[in-house]
Amino acid sequence: MGILIRALLLLVLTGCSSSPEPKDWLYQQLGGAPGLEQLADGLLREIEQDRQIVHHFKDTDIARFRKLLIEQFCELSGGPCKYSGATMQESHTGFQITEADFDNLVGHLIKVMTEQQVPVAAQNRLLAKLAPMYKDVVYR
Amino acid sequence: MQTFAKNIAALLLLSSLDAYGAGSKVLATGGATSIEGGAGGGIVPWAVINGYGSSGQWSVTGAVSQVGVDDFTLNSRSISLSYDNKYELSLGRQQLQLDSMGGELNQQIIGLKYKIAGELLYSAMPQISIGVQQKKQLDFAVPAAVGARDEQGTDIYLAASKVWLDAVWGRNVLLNATVRATKGLQTGLLGFGTSSDNGYQYVGEFSAVLLLTPQWAIGAEFKQKPDELAFAREDHWRDLFVAWFANKHLSVVAGHVDLGSIATFRNQTGYYLALESTWAF
Repeated sequence: MGILIRALLLLVLTGCSSSPEPKDWLYQQLGGAPGLEQLADGLLREIEQDRQIVHHFKDTDIARFRKLLIEQFCELSGGPCKYSGATMQESHTGFQITEADFDNLVGHLIKVMTEQQVPVAAQNRLLAKLAPMYKDVVYR
Repeated sequence: MQTFAKNIAALLLLSSLDAYGAGSKVLATGGATSIEGGAGGGIVPWAVINGYGSSGQWSVTGAVSQVGVDDFTLNSRSISLSYDNKYELSLGRQQLQLDSMGGELNQQIIGLKYKIAGELLYSAMPQISIGVQQKKQLDFAVPAAVGARDEQGTDIYLAASKVWLDAVWGRNVLLNATVRATKGLQTGLLGFGTSSDNGYQYVGEFSAVLLLTPQWAIGAEFKQKPDELAFAREDHWRDLFVAWFANKHLSVVAGHVDLGSIATFRNQTGYYLALESTWAF
């Protein structure tokens, strides 16, 4: 029994110490700069084909939107970038974005990440960072 | 069993059409359908609204399930209608086959659920819903003979559900807690209230689910039950399950249940199998 407990302790301790996660873990998991560009392009393709949400983008400067999206994902994932756009609340006010619109975008993001073979743990990490933005984006 | 197989075949056929009528909610966030008819786990109603209809969308969900334990078989089927990811109306029918004693008991359940607050995935606070279930035992002779007072009863529950993203090993976790006021004896399958006690009993019901991937989940549930009948002990229910969300139209849940003692038959354990098909528009 004593040996078992010691072995278990060792396992727990090495398990904790062997993986000090780098600050840019998520950024690397998403494929770094080229990965984020692909992610943004994939997302733009999905939005373009989504009749429910595409109208929100009719006056959007897509090139600028793409740049800001990449910056934001980069900063959120611990990459070497600084998001230079407006706050989520400022940039979504007046658009009347609904819960269904937000759900659709989350669905597109999951689809694109899955297509790009982003591991499930990294997908969930990014979603966890984006989910709290719901209150700043929806019904503004 | 033959109708069960037919139901399954019909559901599989319907669910092969993937893209049409999928609804906006993220896969698996409609939960499964409980044996009582609304969105939930297998035996616990959740704060989740059935189907994949998000704001401004409707969804229709059909489900069939079978619980097979040593001396009983419970067949449940239900249809539910949801709107706006806020309102849920469900019609359920349960048939309890008394395999060892002979005979069967049928119960119908009309359920209403309303989401009060919170967003399952997006808010720090859990999603909270209130629900009522109007239950009627359609074969009251046996329940009356063993001490049940009424053939009808109304359950009221308050449920809180939340998904924690990236919670354990990078996986998402759903926890649900439900408080229910009920007079049901074996959830109403043996009637409601007794001659000695016609008061409401308050019970807690809990589910924990680990989402291994967007499509696969494993979970456990505990359903506290009152113990009011004089002739036989009633135990709490437990289950362990695996759920597969094929797409936004089809999910399958398979599990192991431990229902304890039912109407003097002890140690009732066995399987749980459920199929759900859902459509949004």
